[in-house]
Amino acid sequence: MEIRYFAWVREKVGCEAEDLDVPSDIQTVAALIKWLVSRGENYAEAFADEEAIRVALDQEHVEHDARITPASEIAFFPPMTGG
Amino acid sequence: MPPIVSVTPKIVVQSNDFDLTKEVEALTADRTDVGALVSFLGLCRDENHSLEALELEHYPGMAETEITRIAKKAIERWPLQGLTVIHRFGRLRPGEQIVLVAAASAHRQAAFEAADFLMDFLKNHAPFWKKQHFASTEAPSWLEAKQTDEEALLRWNK
Repeated sequence: MEIRYFAWVREKVGCEAEDLDVPSDIQTVAALIKWLVSRGENYAEAFADEEAIRVALDQEHVEHDARITPASEIAFFPPMTGG
Repeated sequence: MPPIVSVTPKIVVQSNDFDLTKEVEALTADRTDVGALVSFLGLCRDENHSLEALELEHYPGMAETEITRIAKKAIERWPLQGLTVIHRFGRLRPGEQIVLVAAASAHRQAAFEAADFLMDFLKNHAPFWKKQHFASTEAPSWLEAKQTDEEALLRWNK
């Protein structure tokens, strides 16, 4: 699964993007976050304030209960500050 | 009243600067039916000489896609004759242009409202993030999203 990080989520995780073999029982964004957090302190720190984490699935905004597949492109980022 | 001819918005995400006059002229070139053109220009602001630069990070691909989604909603909602949105990314100095929204219509209300709508949704939904770099030795910091910006979207639900 291709996972991308932006802004302070990227800085805390420590990379821009990674292609991870996510277990097949991980089927929602929320479950993916839990799984990532279990992988290390950097993820735990990036996702500490889960409410603040925005998610895009295949470049479209979704909520944390959205369903994901191994072919998905998932992006995690803070609330946006463009304009 | 729905628009008779469907309008294709011009959406650009780039690091380069843009020319406001040229963009506005392009919306009215070779036509005489435009009665109102509203342009909004967002600038890199430094309130007390503390800012060295703003670093704008974006999600390439999604930035264009999301702005296009917002622009299409505006086109469905108001009888627009033309719509241009340009958003820059990269390191910008105080005073530099960040974003342009220009909406053309036969009448002013549609042009004003569409531009306002575009900016409200751009701020909340377009994947851009601003990091402040200070002139002093203060550590750089990410700008926090404002609750008021999110609340501003509610008025468009009416």
